Amino acid sequence: MKVLVPIKQVIDANVRPRVKADGTGVDLANVKLSINPFCEIAVEEAIRLKEKGKASEIVVVSIGPAKAQEIIRSAYALGADRGLFVETEERVEPLAVAKVLQAIIAAEQPGLVILGKQAIDDDSNQTGQMLAGLLGWPQATFASKLEVDGDRATVTREVDGGLETLALTLPAIVTTDLRLNNPRYPTLPNIMKAKKKAIDVKKPEDFGIDITPRLKVLKVSEPPARKPGIKVASAEELVKDLKAAGVL
Amino acid sequence: MTHWQLTEEQGAIEEMARSFGEEHIAPYALEWDEKKHFPHDTLRHAANLGMAGIYVDEDIGGSGLKRIDAVVIFEALAKACPSTAAFLSIHNMVAWMIASYGAPAQRTEWVPRLCRMDWVGSYCLTEPSVGSDAAALRTRAVRDGDYFIVNGTKQFISGAGSSDVYIVMARTGAEGPKGISALVIFKDMEGVSFGSNERKMGWNTQPTRTVNFDNVAVPVSHLLGAEGDGFKIAMAGLDGGRLNIAACSIGGAQSALDKSIRYMSERSAFGSTLDRFQALQFRIADMATDLAAARIFLHHAAHMLDEKLPDATMTCAMAKRFATDIGFSVANEALQLHGGYGYLAEYGIEKIVRDLRVHQILEGTNEIMRVIIARALLGR
Ligand SMILES: Cc1cc2nc3c(=O)[nH]c(=O)nc-3n(C[C@H](O)[C@H](O)[C@H](O)COP(=O)(O)OP(=O)(O)OC[C@H]3O[C@@H](n4cnc5c(N)ncnc54)[C@H](O)[C@@H]3O)c2cc1C
Repeated sequence: MKVLVPIKQVIDANVRPRVKADGTGVDLANVKLSINPFCEIAVEEAIRLKEKGKASEIVVVSIGPAKAQEIIRSAYALGADRGLFVETEERVEPLAVAKVLQAIIAAEQPGLVILGKQAIDDDSNQTGQMLAGLLGWPQATFASKLEVDGDRATVTREVDGGLETLALTLPAIVTTDLRLNNPRYPTLPNIMKAKKKAIDVKKPEDFGIDITPRLKVLKVSEPPARKPGIKVASAEELVKDLKAAGVL
Repeated sequence: MTHWQLTEEQGAIEEMARSFGEEHIAPYALEWDEKKHFPHDTLRHAANLGMAGIYVDEDIGGSGLKRIDAVVIFEALAKACPSTAAFLSIHNMVAWMIASYGAPAQRTEWVPRLCRMDWVGSYCLTEPSVGSDAAALRTRAVRDGDYFIVNGTKQFISGAGSSDVYIVMARTGAEGPKGISALVIFKDMEGVSFGSNERKMGWNTQPTRTVNFDNVAVPVSHLLGAEGDGFKIAMAGLDGGRLNIAACSIGGAQSALDKSIRYMSERSAFGSTLDRFQALQFRIADMATDLAAARIFLHHAAHMLDEKLPDATMTCAMAKRFATDIGFSVANEALQLHGGYGYLAEYGIEKIVRDLRVHQILEGTNEIMRVIIARALLGR
């Protein structure tokens, strides 16, 4: 079974994002960019499926600006077999990404698509769901456990009330939650081998898909600074203040 | 800054080594130091990622990288714990010496195990009465049929007692460097024994012991290279070892500097945070400048060794002297910037100072580095 893993490059989780002075977005110049942590978990899960003999090939796909090709190499270093890069300098929205993926899936015919539940830049949490909708495939989002057996997958997902277990018929869409696995580090020899592997580079036009954004970003601004708190002298005073604030 | 000349792969390598250190070494380093714990499992994990045979050929289990890559890795690991990173450097040196000078059977039999860290390796040159003047060593190996009978004592051996494999420089011939051979001795050979773990200022995440050889019968097949090659092999190992030790100093010092920058923005005195005092700002500026200079020089020396350029040995000695002196002084400054808290173990600064101090002493003291440099420049 072929597993397709769409991945995204995002601002590194340890970087403090800064809003551009003109308010058009987050400043990405000279900022460390990395593979989205949920995508990394998706790649790891695919590799584990391959190690268990459940997957035969892992294909990673990324859509983004030229620099984002790096993350295909990161995925190669972890164990992905083949990579497809769709290059565009345009801001891509979840629906556009889902449509490009739909076209790629039509050509690649994977048995399973594993995506991150969301990208930590805009936290949309939509691509996986939209893709399942476009394809008419079953979906299991926020997976904390994935088991594949023949053409069936069992997914445990984290929901507010606890855990939910879903059974799906493949092909299907699964999106990863944080506790699905703990991604491995690439080995030194694999980092070097990744450098020599080819990446298949395409453009959105090659799929005949219009990725022009449908949403207009009016303004991006810093969250308002938190107001300083106050110190109270005693528990009684605290209760009094909470009552006054109407929260008790 | 660290990345100014790194390739994309070196960037990925640095990221891997640094994140590995942050997750698997840094959170435990203070405890390992205090309890004198040798983190064998963590080192084996590092080995699985290819960090126990960094510049060993791939066909015998190594990662096939260059010295410049190793320097990047050791700096990254030393940010988490200089002592643990430095031990890994010694192990790498041992694996590389066998890979480079070993006979085919030695390479294929021993090196893959070292690269997986199923075996841990130590390097035995120093003796109780000979340190800097290593060519005067007295441990004897006398040929007896298919064996060398080894007698003597090695002093200050990093990893001793825990390590499985010891490259031992021993005298098989006349006085002087040409009478020395390198033998691979296993821990469990009859007549090998160890002293107690030395109580020392730093480098506490790895043991340091004497190793005694009492009529140890070492098969002739354990001779590394030819008889009389031992000193040459020992010195070749040290060229790269010195680069790695220098990298460990820069990594440790960088982490002390980073901690200081953070601390100065949090700690207040005289009505403002410390980072508002220009006298202290200038100290930070100087520390960062010194480290940047040391790092670039070190990368240059590593490049020279990779390319086997004529002055590589001298340049490695220069870089080791420079980077380990700078590393120590930056760490010591960082302690000063932390005030009394820098002196407390909890803040992790005093450990860095203790660990980096010995880098000015071992793998050839910094005086001996000057001897090497002067000899190359002035002849003898
Ligand atoms: C923690 C630790 C771990 C070590 N690990 C290892 C190991 O794994 N394997 C190993 O083989 N060794 C190891 N060593 C030994 C180390 O390499 C030696 O301590 C070092 O080479 C210096 O030798 P010495 O201590 O005998 O000092 P000495 O040679 O006695 O030197 C004393 C002082 O005299 C100076 N000096 C000596 N000769 C000259 C000269 N010609 N000109 C100017 N100054 C000179 C020295 O620089 C030094 O300052 C380790 C040491 C320590 C402390």
